[in-house]
Amino acid sequence: MCLIAAELERRGIATTSVTALPEVTRKVGAPRALAVPYALGYPLGLPHDAVLQTKILVSAFALLREAGPPPVVRDF
Amino acid sequence: MATLSDLSIKNRLFMATYRYRTVDPIPFARPRRPLREARVALVTTGAVYAPGQAPFDEGKKGGDSSFRVIPRDVDVGALGIAHKSDAFDQTGFLADRNLGFPLDRLREMEAEGLIGSLAPRALSFMGSISAPGRLAKETAPEAAALLAADGVDVALLVPL
Repeated sequence: MCLIAAELERRGIATTSVTALPEVTRKVGAPRALAVPYALGYPLGLPHDAVLQTKILVSAFALLREAGPPPVVRDF
Repeated sequence: MATLSDLSIKNRLFMATYRYRTVDPIPFARPRRPLREARVALVTTGAVYAPGQAPFDEGKKGGDSSFRVIPRDVDVGALGIAHKSDAFDQTGFLADRNLGFPLDRLREMEAEGLIGSLAPRALSFMGSISAPGRLAKETAPEAAALLAADGVDVALLVPL
């Protein structure tokens, strides 16, 4: 995913993401990622929980306001 | 929070010895406009595909580095999933595609004015690409050009 993020950022498209494995995310060099306390395969929390999914997305988008430097990795 | 120790022995051994493709320095674009005015695109590595599209090749050595273009008005429940990874539990994702492809959530955020607009095309890749040469050289730049052509300001990346 960080290779895709890098191409987008180079074109001026700011990216944000979520991660269940922040140790790996920091290492590979993701620009921005929200570290979520859920199992692998559950990046947005729980199935059919629209409220939680939206909360996670709003928090992930909030990382766009941070000045950096990358990687910007914050806990949900 | 998941850690590497949650993975199976097979996947832990792979992760312990795998030389990650790293990005250094990390490109870092400043958002062009506030989120409420921004055009937002969804990019997943959940390997979803729309009805009528070819599934990803789960048997391809090193991983299938192609991507699918998913129209913004697709029925999320009708998307197929063809992900080769056994490192994560797919149960939740199969029950609700929004868990890894939150298009319904983004449409709601657009309707509520939290994001400026949802881009006309979302992109789907397959994650767990262990041989990312073609992804880095060809498909990722193609994908970025496509989103740039759609006037996308911000991309939400959901990894699986």
